[in-house]
Amino acid sequence: MTFLLRRALFYLITLWAAITANFLLPRLLPGDPVQAMITKLGGRLNSDAMASLYVLFGLDEKKSIWEQYVDYWGALLRGDLGLSFTFFPTPVADVLSQSLPWTLGLIGVTTIIAFLLGTLMGVYAGWKRGSWMDTLIPVTTFLSSIPYFWLGLIAISVFSVTFPLLPASGGYAAGLVPEWSGEFVGSVLEHAVLPGITIVVSSVAGWILGMRNMMVTVTAEDYVLVARAKGLSEKRIMFAYAARNAVLPSISGFALSLGFIVGGALLVEMVFSYPGLGYVLFQGIGAKDYPLMQGVFLVITLAVLVANLLADVGYLLLDPRTRREG
Amino acid sequence: MSPVLEIRDLSVDYGSLRAVHDVSLTLEAGEVLGLAGESGSGKSTLAYAATRLLQPPGRVPSGEVRFKGHDLLALTEKQLRALRWSEIAIVFQGAMNALNPVISVGAQIDDVLRAHRPGLTRQERTNRGRELLSLVGIPIDRLSAYPHQLSGGMRQRVMIAMALALEPEIVIMDEPTTALDVVVQRQILGQMMRLRETLGFSIIFITHDISLLVEFSDRIAIMYGGRVVEEAPAAEIYRAAKHPYSQGLLGSFPALRGPRRELRGIPGSPPDLRSMPTGCPFHPRCPQAMDVCGERMPSLDSVDERRRVACWLEEVHV
Repeated sequence: MTFLLRRALFYLITLWAAITANFLLPRLLPGDPVQAMITKLGGRLNSDAMASLYVLFGLDEKKSIWEQYVDYWGALLRGDLGLSFTFFPTPVADVLSQSLPWTLGLIGVTTIIAFLLGTLMGVYAGWKRGSWMDTLIPVTTFLSSIPYFWLGLIAISVFSVTFPLLPASGGYAAGLVPEWSGEFVGSVLEHAVLPGITIVVSSVAGWILGMRNMMVTVTAEDYVLVARAKGLSEKRIMFAYAARNAVLPSISGFALSLGFIVGGALLVEMVFSYPGLGYVLFQGIGAKDYPLMQGVFLVITLAVLVANLLADVGYLLLDPRTRREG
Repeated sequence: MSPVLEIRDLSVDYGSLRAVHDVSLTLEAGEVLGLAGESGSGKSTLAYAATRLLQPPGRVPSGEVRFKGHDLLALTEKQLRALRWSEIAIVFQGAMNALNPVISVGAQIDDVLRAHRPGLTRQERTNRGRELLSLVGIPIDRLSAYPHQLSGGMRQRVMIAMALALEPEIVIMDEPTTALDVVVQRQILGQMMRLRETLGFSIIFITHDISLLVEFSDRIAIMYGGRVVEEAPAAEIYRAAKHPYSQGLLGSFPALRGPRRELRGIPGSPPDLRSMPTGCPFHPRCPQAMDVCGERMPSLDSVDERRRVACWLEEVHV
């Protein structure tokens, strides 16, 4: 238990450091948000409007960096991340809370599917070494070596242009209002098929390869031979003895990839114009939308920390050797 | 005495290399048969081949292993699985890596009972687990311990407890005490021999340490280059080994009891499977090699009722 407490403390310190860096970085950049806004709107602002913008962003008071830091924390704890430039005057928190579910839904679910599918295939490929399963590996590796945006574009050109089976972009059909209706949910699923499948296709190879190689290593261990000598069933040896030990490195890889769900969504959502966090970040970067970028980075940091915590807990549960007694 | 296990003309290939050549051995009921030899002599390969645990590319091109009227090498997977552990159990180097590191030792004993005694309830299986641990002198609360929480000696005892779970007919011990210190080695082997007397199983004891075999086994077969070169009762091997290799092996280990002897060792190194010497594989290292040794392989012939030797020196004496 003390181990978990110590880990939790470590994560709190990391979180504090990340948030502080998130506060400092934009302030180290030359210029200020109002300058950026003025440049963006290009001379269409008169001096009164500029002055009110300075007031709006709280930049008129010439506060010390320390006061700004305290204000920043206060705002953060209230869930106030400032206003977005791109979607002005929508608060950043609202932009994030609208786009985050799309990213978690699409990339989160497909990451889990790719992990489960790839690991299971890796277990069989490693156990039945030299069977037809081994021919799958070069094929999936080839697919994953294709740059993602290229794979996505090919998928769009084949499945929504040449054979118009699936929609090419967006999270749901235009004209629908987000609600819990069969029509809307159906549309969401339909729009998720193409990006979802391309994500699984491009990421499954890593899981297969990693799991297969660990299976091959573990199968040579004495305890697998003992399990066989004990006359246990093939299934029991494969899962409880070989795969149970072989999966440990994949588990930490999986937890890390959960952390990259939010950050890794960028390419997928750009290619498919998917209304998630990555697409928002893409728009934010294009518009030099600092508050929005800061907000997205904060979410990414939190996601990575949570994923690491999950990896720690998962390892504690799965590998008794990492538990510290007493 | 009647034989419980008969290995007849068993050969083992790794690809195109022959690791074991036409070995025949008999295990009598209740006896301890020692299998000695240097690394690579084929002693473990022989045991794994006889119990069908050999991993590819290992292959058994010829031979027979008779057990209770069956040929083990001809059984189907299902028949074999039912027979494993309940009739032939194996004690591996438990001190090292033979226990699954992520499952408690209780669960690993439980596994055996669940697979072979499906009629037992959970409570009965736990009780049997406790019984087995106390049989080998481990506190029963260690049933829920993981292998890394136990010392090397305790892990080895757990391995023995697990081997005895189904009261097998034969226990094969493959280098069971190699990673342990001498004191613990002797404690564990002494305990194993006492258990054998109460439970009445037979043992095949594989080790490179011939001094342990002299002390704990009834009969010893000495292997070199994939062949048995001498087989005789332990006391006779110790007193008067006939094969120069057996003599060399005996001269390489200090005996714990008996008069002080000079340690000699064997010059040279074990033969490479890829380039086996012609004739007797031991002749390049043999202090008494003759012309014939490099030309033809001596056959394993009975010298007297209880001893077989494969050496030209014996032919000369006759």
